[in-house]
Parts: sequence; C-alpha cells; structure tokens
Amino acid sequence: MLANPDQSASHNKLEVQALHLWRGEHHLLRGVSFAVNTGELLQLHGPNGVGKTSLLRTVAGLLPAESGVTRWNGVDTHRDATRFQESLLYLGHSSALKLDLTARENLEFSVGVRDEVSAEKCRQALLKVDIPQCAELPARVLSAGQRRRVALARLLLAQAPLWILDEPTTNLDAAGVTMLEGLLAEHLAQGGMVLTAAHQTLLATHPGNHVLVLH
Amino acid sequence: MQPHTASSSPFKLAALVLRRDIRLAARRWDQVLQPLVFFVVVITLFPLAISPELSELRRIAPGVLWVAAMLASLLAADALFRPDVEDGVMEQWVLSGQPLAWLLLAKTAGHWLLTGLPLVLMAPFMALGLGLNLVGWPLLMGTLALGTALLSVLGAIGAALTVGLRRGNMLMALLVLPLEMPVLIFGAQALDMGMQGELVTGPLSLLAAMLLFALALGPFAMAAAIRISIE
Repeated sequence: MLANPDQSASHNKLEVQALHLWRGEHHLLRGVSFAVNTGELLQLHGPNGVGKTSLLRTVAGLLPAESGVTRWNGVDTHRDATRFQESLLYLGHSSALKLDLTARENLEFSVGVRDEVSAEKCRQALLKVDIPQCAELPARVLSAGQRRRVALARLLLAQAPLWILDEPTTNLDAAGVTMLEGLLAEHLAQGGMVLTAAHQTLLATHPGNHVLVLH
Repeated sequence: MQPHTASSSPFKLAALVLRRDIRLAARRWDQVLQPLVFFVVVITLFPLAISPELSELRRIAPGVLWVAAMLASLLAADALFRPDVEDGVMEQWVLSGQPLAWLLLAKTAGHWLLTGLPLVLMAPFMALGLGLNLVGWPLLMGTLALGTALLSVLGAIGAALTVGLRRGNMLMALLVLPLEMPVLIFGAQALDMGMQGELVTGPLSLLAAMLLFALALGPFAMAAAIRISIE
C-alpha cells in the first residue's frame, strides 16, 4: 500500500490525471495532467483567466472536477480527503487574516486549527519572514505586502509537505520575493513540494523546477 | 517531510474557535451588541404603539418577547459565517483536515454565547416592563435559552446556505423563517401556559427535543452548505 505512512516517509507524490473542469458554459481545463514529486517545484504559467487558480483550487479539493483524478501517494484525494488535507497547505488570493487580530494572534488561531502552536513559535516565524515588528500589530494596519508575509509565515508553522500557492508573490517587494524563494528552496530541500501559479518564474535555476504552461 | 497529524483533541479545537470568536467580538463589540439593541428597541415600541396599560401588555408579552427574540436572532445570523468566508479563513478551515462540521458547531455555539445569551439575560428586565409577574422569570429565561439556541443552529444552516450569495440575507430569512415557526409557537405557548399556572413540560420537552435534533444533524448540513458556498 502506497498510503502506508512508513513507506511514504521519504517520498511523496502528487499526480493529476486528465482533469476537466467547466465553469458555467466555459470548458476551462481540458485534460490537464501532471505529477509533482518530493523536492520538486511545479509552476503554472499562462495568461489571466486561463484557469490557473481554478486548477489549484481543484487540486486542493475546493472545487469539484468534472472528470479526472488527483492522487496523493497513489490514493484518490477524494477518497481520503482528511489525510490529503493534513499534507497540504493552500495559500489563495486572500491572505486569510482577521483584520481585528494581531499578526501573532492570526497565526496562533489559523495554525492552531491544524496543530498546536505556541506564541513563541509564531514570533519566530514572523522573524523569518522579516516582519518581527508587526507581531503585536492588528492586521488592519499592516500593508498588503506585510499581510502576505504573515500568510507565508503560516506555511512555515503548519508543517505539511505540499504547498499550493496561488500567486504567492502578489504585493511582495523585491526583497520579499527573494525571501520567498529562500523559503521555497528550504522547503524543497527538506523534502517538501510546491505547486504554484506565478507570473514570474521563481527559483529558475533550481534542479527540481518545472513549468507547465496552460493555454 | 511528513505532515503533523492533527493531535489536538476536539474540545481543544472547539475552545480555540470559541476563544478566537470571543476575542474578535471584544474588538468589534458594537456589532455584537446590535441584536441586543434591536431586541430592546422592538419590545420598547410595543407599549408605545398598543397601550401602556399593564393588563393589556401582560396578555401579549410572551408573544412580543418571542417575536423580538426571533427577529434579533435572524438579524444576527447573517454575520455568522460571512466574515470568515469573505476573508478566506473558511477556505483554510475546509482544508485544515479537521472535521468542518465540528468547527462550525463550535462557531455556532460561540455565536449563541455572544448574541443569544445576552437576549436571555436581558429578557427578565424587558418582561418586567411588560408587566409579567416575578414567578415567570425562570421559565422565561429557560424557554428563551432553549429557543435562542435552536434559532442559532437553524440560522447557521440558513447562513451557510446563503453565504455565497451577494444579497443572501433576504433569501436566508425566507429559508429559515418557516423552520423557526415551531420554535416560536412552542416557545410562546410554554410561556403563556406557565403564566396561567399550567404545567409547561410538554412544550418545553418539544423545544429541547428539537434542539437536540438540530444539534445532531445541523452541523453536517452547515458543513455541506459551506463546501458548496465557497466553490
């Protein structure tokens, strides 16, 4: 059994096969197939409206596909959704922050739903995304880029091998993009994998980097 | 790299959701007070519109209290899931690997604590103004506690169904009001019977049974509705 945690300990694999998705009258995804292995980064490219976000949401399980299969370590992700979701972190267009909570509280509550986390760890994660000074500020007063960094800190705290990132560079400055590339490289080196939609190629020279162009 | 399988117990999880919602409420207390203010204002209007005669008010008091509580709870229900869906937190909950129905039940419980319980606590004072006698207070608070909890769960199902729509609150009222009718009927009836000194175990048991039924199945309906709403 590939789903056995002992056997998959060193290796994870996400497979998507012949995914079809309709949005209303529009046949958005026509048989998309790809696979991502441990240590690999797959970047989706394509013009606006081609279905990058829909593809990411479908793989994550937020959108039901018309046909096609998504397999996590050989098991259909709809059959064992809980296990897949525990292995998955999704960062969408919205940073999923409560504006009335501080950056640290946001991390504590959003990561806490998945796993226990201490305030100290949240502060360390905020230090790692270069905004330690924002820890006790309400998210309302943070800039869009700082909010994005808080959302990235969530990825660091909730340990999961598969990151699905929708336009992670949105609102980040040049230093932020470099920081993000560092986080991605570190995640890949630790045996993680990343599926992302981005307009700029991240980690272009990374050996595990692949690009899938949607058209 | 392996995921940290969720180790926290269901009760810790529920406590986390409650703590978050109470902290959020403390920072937006003006919004949390809205249903309570509505409740007080509606009840205060009745003596002005009908008659300040206590004997007359006493007769309609149970109905007035219940209608006001129901409308206040309906008003509050729209804001139950909408903020979390709009800022993307709900998406994260759906993908958290935790049972969504349990998270939503915890959230509904928090919602009742913040909007339903204040009505229950305020009701005796409003009842005093409407001329209800002192012996009716425990019964009034008991029926309202059962009733507002039931209204919270029913309202949560409606809110989950309509949260994806831009102007969902009108539709939600249409969806939820027919379901809430039995609550209104039995709640007001229990209060009425109690004031006349009759035994109220019948309507009270029915309210409690309905609450248990809604608590058992409601969260699954909410979870299914939320999954569709955030597509």
